[in-house]
Amino acid sequence: MSWIDTVMILLVLTDLAMLGSSRLGVYVRLAALQGVLVGVLPLLVGPGRIGLETAFVVFTTIAVKSVLFPWLMSRIMRGFEARREKEPYVGYTASLFLGVVALGVALWVSRHLPTEETGVHPYMMPAALFSIFAGLVLIVSRRKAVTQVLGYLVMENGIYVAGIVLVPDSPLFVELGVLLDLVVGVFLMGIMIFHIHREFDHIDTDQLATLSDWKPAPAPAVSEEARP
Amino acid sequence: MKAIGLIHYVLALALAPLLLGTINRVKALFAGRHGPPLFQVYFDLGKLLRKGAVYSRTTTWVFRSGPVVALAATALALGMIPMAGQAAPLAFTGDVFVAVYLLGLARFFTVLAALDTGSAFEGMGASREVQFSALAEPALLVGLVALGRLTHSLSLSPAYAGVGPELWSAGGVSLALLAVAFFVVLLAENARIPFDDPNTHLELTMIHEVMVLDHGGPDFALITYGASLKLWLFASLLAGLIIPVRQGPEWLDTAAALGGVFVVGCAVGMVESCMARLRLLRVPQILFAALVFSALAFLLQMR
Amino acid sequence: MTWALVLVPAVLGLQSFVTRSNTWRRVLLVAGAIGHFVMTAMAWRNLPAPAWGGWLELDAAGLLFLSITSVLFLAAACYAAGYLSREKASESDLEEGLLFTNQPEAVFTGCLLMFLAAMTLVCLSRHLGLLWVAIEGTTLCSAPLIYFHRHHRSLEAAWKYLMICSVGIALALLGNFFLAVAFSSGGRSASLALSSLTQAGVTPQLVWLKLAFVFLLVGYGTKMGLAPMHTWLPDAHSEAPSVVSALLSGALLNCAFLGILRVWQVLVAAGHADFARPLLVGFGLLSMAVAAVFILGQTDYKRMLAYSSVEHMGILALGVGLGGAAVFGALLHAVNHSLTKAMLFMAAGGILAAYRTKTCSGVKGLARAMPVTGALWIAGFFAITGTPPFGVFVSKFIILRQAFLGGHVWIGVAALVILAVVFVGLALIVLRMAQGEAPEGAGTGALRDVAWTVIPPAVLGVAVLALGLWLPTWLEGVLQQAAHSFGGGL
Repeated sequence: MSWIDTVMILLVLTDLAMLGSSRLGVYVRLAALQGVLVGVLPLLVGPGRIGLETAFVVFTTIAVKSVLFPWLMSRIMRGFEARREKEPYVGYTASLFLGVVALGVALWVSRHLPTEETGVHPYMMPAALFSIFAGLVLIVSRRKAVTQVLGYLVMENGIYVAGIVLVPDSPLFVELGVLLDLVVGVFLMGIMIFHIHREFDHIDTDQLATLSDWKPAPAPAVSEEARP
Repeated sequence: MKAIGLIHYVLALALAPLLLGTINRVKALFAGRHGPPLFQVYFDLGKLLRKGAVYSRTTTWVFRSGPVVALAATALALGMIPMAGQAAPLAFTGDVFVAVYLLGLARFFTVLAALDTGSAFEGMGASREVQFSALAEPALLVGLVALGRLTHSLSLSPAYAGVGPELWSAGGVSLALLAVAFFVVLLAENARIPFDDPNTHLELTMIHEVMVLDHGGPDFALITYGASLKLWLFASLLAGLIIPVRQGPEWLDTAAALGGVFVVGCAVGMVESCMARLRLLRVPQILFAALVFSALAFLLQMR
Repeated sequence: MTWALVLVPAVLGLQSFVTRSNTWRRVLLVAGAIGHFVMTAMAWRNLPAPAWGGWLELDAAGLLFLSITSVLFLAAACYAAGYLSREKASESDLEEGLLFTNQPEAVFTGCLLMFLAAMTLVCLSRHLGLLWVAIEGTTLCSAPLIYFHRHHRSLEAAWKYLMICSVGIALALLGNFFLAVAFSSGGRSASLALSSLTQAGVTPQLVWLKLAFVFLLVGYGTKMGLAPMHTWLPDAHSEAPSVVSALLSGALLNCAFLGILRVWQVLVAAGHADFARPLLVGFGLLSMAVAAVFILGQTDYKRMLAYSSVEHMGILALGVGLGGAAVFGALLHAVNHSLTKAMLFMAAGGILAAYRTKTCSGVKGLARAMPVTGALWIAGFFAITGTPPFGVFVSKFIILRQAFLGGHVWIGVAALVILAVVFVGLALIVLRMAQGEAPEGAGTGALRDVAWTVIPPAVLGVAVLALGLWLPTWLEGVLQQAAHSFGGGL
């Protein structure tokens, strides 16, 4: 039983746990755990000798995903009263069921993908595809903005693992660029959640529905009323 | 059938109430009490057998046959459960499904007996019991099938015989997932906290207890003994997974297996002391999580 | 100079975050725009040398999109300087009467300049990984710009924009990986540099190549505004300040289009472009149809312009999908559309500032109250719907002609029907806004033409008119070169 398989199964378990949980605090902690799991992968997958570049990438990934992001999310959620998802669009049991089905599909698809790689561990691609799917489900089916950000992080974790499988020797600058984009993106999202909470007193994105083409036009404008 | 299998079976029949006693003792120790003696359940069984029974006029033969059928089915299912890697007395291909269905039969008759009394409380307990077992049984079945796939056999005895240290190092994660799933199913099927409180006296919060509320005397003795056999059954299913001692003289394996069963009992006692009973809304979610674990263990075989 | 094109706006942007004085910030903004424009003009004379080991290099398509960006940014910077000097610290909302504050100007100008730097990086990068980083960078730089007026609707728009585009671009990253696998051989994954991907004699694995294209099309298509991934576009464009909307529509959508074009370039070089044509044509027609449906009966004129952007992005995709001369037409259309849409958005900004309403029914008598803006508005309407003698007519004509010549009669007919519907929808709204009695107080106070709202769009409008009448040879040469690399050309 190799370490990589264990890490992948833990990744899948954390995804399932996120799908089945309803507490924002649990999401943040699971995302931190996933950051560690995903961050150590280059050390396990790579060739025997670990270069300086790999170590740097591992260090920054873990620092960003397991330390920086959870800290940011916790700071932003300080003072939020509502720490649980209420009534998501897809319920928790249904999400778990969907997750198991998706895992089966991911395993099947991975077996049929034409990878001629040697020594690619059989669980990596399914775990990556499943993480992407789980992230998408979290973004789409939950209402709180924090969950959507964490779903985005889970999706990025899945894409990162897929990247390790498919493009093992990606240039350092691209890896760091992706990480930088992720950091700035999550910071922006965090700042926006803070503003949303200040503006609305909640972070339910289903209430962010003022802008739409399906509703009748708002009340006539000032200039109309000014005219006699 | 081999003699050692028969010996294991007799040991199970004899020691099952001791397992119940162990759990009660562990709970008492956690609570800071001295607790009842380890053999208290034997004394209780003896006391109940000497009593007479009172049957309500609204009940029929179903009520009287409930405990008997339940005990018979559980004892028969126990005969298919292997211990210490040896073949069980009643092993055959496909005994996985027969064992689970025998347990289902036992449950069915218990539920029928409960409904037969015409009492609202027992009906409520029966409906809850059936609802939770509808979720727990798939977890158990899928888990056992996953184990069978892992060890390439559809009979319990060869499957458990194949669970050794090599299998743990090769497929350890699947076995770990299965162990967690089986533990949750054990707690659910045997009416342990966090699914049901065996010590509660409030009928509205009971599930298993309330189904057998109207049984007394020898019937209740049969029910208690049947419950302890069921607990031993699940415990040895779990112990066979987590204590993969398969080498050496048979008495060593047997001792290790017995030790494993009692370790599981202590674990149950610890869980019962540390947790409170879950809200009934949460129970399906936990059982579904157990199903997910079993399904995950199964899917991991599909490389 | 290649580095200077990116670094000058970036450094100026960072500088404007820390500058205290508003005036100096606006000077920085305009100076950055002018500097970028001058450098781009110099690049037309002689292309700068590649930098960073070939990862940054200007080819014909990059130069084209870079110049569009530069021209637009210059006009936007001049407009923004006037706009910022007019915005008060806190105002009451037009639609709901709430009080709101504005974003600090430092953040606004800083993000604008960083936005320019990111878009320049998109145009310059010849490595698909770097391209991805740059496109995500444009998303991140432009999200704060949408949230300039700090009220709940713009927050909603900014959140939708950030989430939807980030998810889309994350899928595009997956597409990048598939592309690398498609071109890998012998266990080593391929470099994603365009030069090595478009080499002759490279045989990619078809399954991975197809998967890669689909993911990249959907991912970058989200950013570009192709239906059905366009849902962020109307909200973001209607809530952002008009200068930001102009840049988003005119420059940012083009950069996302460039991302798709780079992948298309790889496909064409590998000789496998044919499977992807129906995809592009399908997305194009769908975008045009969706835009047409939502333009009819639209009540908010900025949303109307946003849907018009969706429609034109559909035309771009259609053009590239049809191939041949339509690719040339699509690239010319990119130029024309950007100039026209920016002009329209800036004119809309002037209307908003004057009439203080975003609803179409609230604006009447534009031609009488604000003659120049009214003229720009009507001219812009004619331009954007493809009426001669404006440039958009030429590019649309080339695309549609190729549709009929290439035997895709039904595609051409469908496109024409949709364009007609859009024309009618836009006409109803624009003409009603322009005609009629001028409201009271016209010519005084806010309800008059102001220099800074009028001159930049007027310049852009003249450019579009000029392009319709006469295509300069230098532009035609670059367009032809670019079209060749994308598998087409006149």
